[in-house]
Amino acid sequence: MTGLILLAVYIAIFAVSMVIVAWATKQFFTRADFTSLKTVTFGDESAVNANRVASVISVLAIFALWVAFTNSSLPLFKAKGPFEGMVEFTYTATLPDGRSDDASVSILVYPEDIQLTVDANGVAGKIPEKLKVDLGDGFAKNDTLVIPRYGSKLISVFQNDEFKKSDGAIVTHLNGQALEPGEQILLSEGRLALTEKGTPFFEPSTGFRMARLYLPAPEVTTNRFLQLNREGYRNFTLLEHTWASLQRVLLGFIFGALVGIPLGYAMGLTNWARGWFDPIVEFMRPVPPLALIPLMIIWFGIGETSKVILLFLAALWIMAIAARSGVSGVAIAKVHAAYSLGAKKSQILRKVIIPNSLPEIFTGARVAMGVCWGTVVAAELVAAEKGLGMMIMVAAKFQLTDIVIVGIILIGVIGFAIDIGIRKLEGWLVPWKGKV
Amino acid sequence: MSGLLIDNISMRFDLPNGGSVQALKNVTLDIKSGELLSVLGPSGCGKTTLLNIVAGFLAPTEGQVVVNAHAVKGPGPERGMVFQQGALFEWMTVRENVSFGPDMKKMPRNKSVKIVDRLLEVVGLQDFKDKAVYELSGGMQQRVALARCLANEPDVILMDEPLGALDALTREKMQSLVLDLWKETGKTIILITHSVEEALLLGERLLVMAPRPGRIHKEYRLPFAEMGVGADLRAVKKHPDYAKTREEILAMIWEMEEEIMGRTEESA
Ligand SMILES: Nc1ncnc2c1ncn2[C@@H]1O[C@H](COP(=O)(O)OP(=O)(O)OP(=O)(O)O)[C@@H](O)[C@H]1O
Ligand SMILES: [Mg+2]
Repeated sequence: MTGLILLAVYIAIFAVSMVIVAWATKQFFTRADFTSLKTVTFGDESAVNANRVASVISVLAIFALWVAFTNSSLPLFKAKGPFEGMVEFTYTATLPDGRSDDASVSILVYPEDIQLTVDANGVAGKIPEKLKVDLGDGFAKNDTLVIPRYGSKLISVFQNDEFKKSDGAIVTHLNGQALEPGEQILLSEGRLALTEKGTPFFEPSTGFRMARLYLPAPEVTTNRFLQLNREGYRNFTLLEHTWASLQRVLLGFIFGALVGIPLGYAMGLTNWARGWFDPIVEFMRPVPPLALIPLMIIWFGIGETSKVILLFLAALWIMAIAARSGVSGVAIAKVHAAYSLGAKKSQILRKVIIPNSLPEIFTGARVAMGVCWGTVVAAELVAAEKGLGMMIMVAAKFQLTDIVIVGIILIGVIGFAIDIGIRKLEGWLVPWKGKV
Repeated sequence: MSGLLIDNISMRFDLPNGGSVQALKNVTLDIKSGELLSVLGPSGCGKTTLLNIVAGFLAPTEGQVVVNAHAVKGPGPERGMVFQQGALFEWMTVRENVSFGPDMKKMPRNKSVKIVDRLLEVVGLQDFKDKAVYELSGGMQQRVALARCLANEPDVILMDEPLGALDALTREKMQSLVLDLWKETGKTIILITHSVEEALLLGERLLVMAPRPGRIHKEYRLPFAEMGVGADLRAVKKHPDYAKTREEILAMIWEMEEEIMGRTEESA
């Protein structure tokens, strides 16, 4: 339900902001560059550029939705929240002999994450005590209880009454309204019902926001991030966890490239190597690195070695295939020209084949880095002492969703940064890419 | 003596389906040192194959090529190649491209710089030395390719449609350049082209090849190349013999093309 509303709001933001920005752009900017003068743009891929305004709005929209649909304290638009506070209703107990009596039930609904929230002095909140209420007169006595938000409770109203269920007492009315077992009343504070067995039941309304357990608010996540930075998690600071993952990726990738690239060149340059390694590479290529984790653990244990070897294998085939296709992508005219200019084999390799294959190698490197980064997290999920994957896994076991989200965001940001880094390096080392 | 002898060459390609293509059959050609030879013929008549054999990229099924009294066994620096396009090294600057040959020979830098500078001046690219090749226009790139070939001081220059990808105007300028370089350096040049006009202008000797199997169909000795050196090529084209020869060759090639079409239609 909440999910569908979220999706609808998201699509609406997409469409409305598109219309507004398009209108505003037309109104206030008239660009006369080459692309804007193209009349055919739909279907002309080169005329499609990422609209950076859209990117900014997209990120802001996600943030706004995050605030709106969680119990965030940020002063932005909020979806209807869960009920919190006092609610009171009456019940009528009726005895088999026809006598009946009314009593009240007072319920305090408290934030479910109260124990996780600290005040300015760093003191965590406590689950509030039941309110003291007057028992009242008559044989039915007033009740009081506390329920967390998003929770619900069967209310044993008879436990303090003079007549119990065993005496044949039953609840016939709630809030003065006659109710059969199985029926319910919807209050603005929540749902009041009689179960099939006739026990009153209260479920505070949940609204459209997600509980902290499912999605912590942005400021909760940010605070957790800062706290992890200061205090660390499981004996290691956040930086150490991140560096542990990154180090494994870099080691695995570097070894993979160091072996894979020459392997690919050999496959691209000699019949024997091509024939020898073809079955191995083609066999290993479709095996997802994740499937190798158990074997790596059996062979090399759960330490660093098994992880680095796993990442090495993940990068190896990708880099070998990239180098091989880099060699086969050399225009034969270039090789012929080089031979005609007196180049020897080693010179052809160094001056023609290696530079010519760089674009392919960079493409392979970006793919390999992406795969390695994904694999390291998965490998750490299985077993590790430190690393972002381990942090996420352990936090999830303790239902610390904010740490899980901090981890996920970090993984995304670092993966993105790595990719941008390789792209920058590529632009610097292969300036001719796409220009010939 | 740096002549070139193509001695009774035949080339048959065996196809994977078991058939074979006779790309060249009994081609014999004696090219004198310093000769400018243009080769013309319908598409698929084996021009590129012939050039690749002379360059040493392909070994003929029969016959041999002799350069400077040595049989050709593979590519060598005494036979330079200029390709239609895409043979420059994008990862090198103009200067690095041109000095590729000298560098391969490990020529001392101060010597190779002189050669490169002079050649870039000859082809009019002295101001583009440190540019990347992908920043140059198609015509400029072909001038780099020419300079690169010359920097290696080959005896024979082989060109496979070197001007084929250029626009008409640039092409005409490049034709003058080729003529001037030929005269100035005295190199033996074999130039393949699809353009009858170009073959007439850039061939002291013009070879018309016929397809299936590829062979020499007719040979001309022409005065236009000599006339065109240092002169306006458009004036040369006004020569009465020029138009006459052009029409004759065009008719010849048309006839061959028609025959090919007819044959493929029959076999279809
Ligand atoms: N590697 C090869 N394998 C099989 N057949 C080939 C091969 N190379 C060339 N041929 C065939 O040999 C014949 C001559 O080819 P070639 O490329 O020499 O012709 P061309 O005269 O250069 O044509 P164009 O003017 O179109 O460049 C053609 O019929 C071609 O199909
Ligand atoms: Mg050809």
